Amino acid sequence: MAKITFIQHNGTEIETNGIPGMTVMETAIKNQVPGIDADCGGACACATCHVYVEAEWTDKVGARNPMEEDMLDFAFDVRPESRLSCQIKVSDALDGLRVRVPEKQF
Amino acid sequence: MAEHFETDAVIIGAGPCGIFSVFELGLLDIRAHVIDILDRPGGQCAELYPEKPIYDIPALPIVTGAELTQRLLEQAKPFKAEFHYNQMVTELAKQPDGRFLLKTDGDLSFLAKIVVVAAGGGSFQPKKPPIPGIEAYEAHSVFYSVKKMETFRGRDVLIIGGGDSALDWTLNLQPLAKSLTLLHRRDEFRAAPDSVNKMRELVAAGKMQLKIGQVTGLKGENGVLAAATVKGSDGSIFDVTTNAMLPFFGLTMKLGPVAEWGLNLHENLIKVDTEKFETSTPGIFAVGDINSYPGKVKLILSGFHEAALMAQEAFHHINPGQRLVFQYTTSSTNLQKKLGVA
Repeated sequence: MAKITFIQHNGTEIETNGIPGMTVMETAIKNQVPGIDADCGGACACATCHVYVEAEWTDKVGARNPMEEDMLDFAFDVRPESRLSCQIKVSDALDGLRVRVPEKQF
Repeated sequence: MAEHFETDAVIIGAGPCGIFSVFELGLLDIRAHVIDILDRPGGQCAELYPEKPIYDIPALPIVTGAELTQRLLEQAKPFKAEFHYNQMVTELAKQPDGRFLLKTDGDLSFLAKIVVVAAGGGSFQPKKPPIPGIEAYEAHSVFYSVKKMETFRGRDVLIIGGGDSALDWTLNLQPLAKSLTLLHRRDEFRAAPDSVNKMRELVAAGKMQLKIGQVTGLKGENGVLAAATVKGSDGSIFDVTTNAMLPFFGLTMKLGPVAEWGLNLHENLIKVDTEKFETSTPGIFAVGDINSYPGKVKLILSGFHEAALMAQEAFHHINPGQRLVFQYTTSSTNLQKKLGVA
């Protein structure tokens, strides 16, 4: 188990238990985290699972892949710490991960 | 152009489940028209993942969304369904004679004995960027598609995006706009390289501008846009003069008019039974991702099963009292004739 915290736009924090091997997006959907729409179900094809990775975690989470970089063109307010949560795999190394959910995916 | 059709069945949605419904209904001699909001068949398979492999279609260990769509169309071909694209069904109402009247936003109308809602996640609609106050400009200055190019003649056009829609409209509108700026969040484009090259030539010739950044705010009065405030990739803040802005951020799915057809819904999905996949209105069925029942699994293969059972009840609805003899395509000459193989 890896604890993953989703910080809502209004500051509310939702703590979830991520299962290694699942994605951060799947963890959000399983726990009904508001603001993660995931229209395409994890195919990296819609950019509606956009999150901002908290500064202390960006290194551990790693860089965007090229497909994800393209797909982020469809997201709004993309920042250096932007990731698509369907492209982040949960692992023990990410225990404690904190990501912020944008006000609106679209 | 207003057109009217009378038919056995109207299928709303040309995704995999909609196309397979053509096949299952066709085997029972039920002719169908198919309506879709996109400009091509495939639904999510076409719009979201045409090139991405699907691994859980029975007997196809790996198939792309585009190939699955092509194969389904080929399978359904003998039944000569008519497809109507770029049409959103806006109205669905039962008529006194028991048939259903459907109207689309493109002025088509249909009278059908049964209706199959195979609308997936709803209708694909352009994503509207959540820029504060953008709604106020949507009537006059903000557009999510180009319906008439003339709308943009002589205006200061701002196009946002880096895909084919953004680049194609940049090239098409540049000659008639007063000024044209293309804004994208990075200096790399997903669009066809040829379009990108042509755009860069126009920039080099001073005929348009390319800016790298993202819109953070809008300025204007009384619904008329004057400028968009942009945060550049280098952190600088600047204004781009525009009175006609076209954001191209792809499409998203909205339930849309389905919610207004008087069908019982559950969490924005249409409730059906698991014997006939019929909605709360007899004669209206729902298959695929749009329906809801205990144990529902949103897989394409579930929709195929649902279409087969739906077709049985559709037959009884259209031919009351008539016995339906179950037949296999492997052995029935009758079915093989319909498929054009016997």
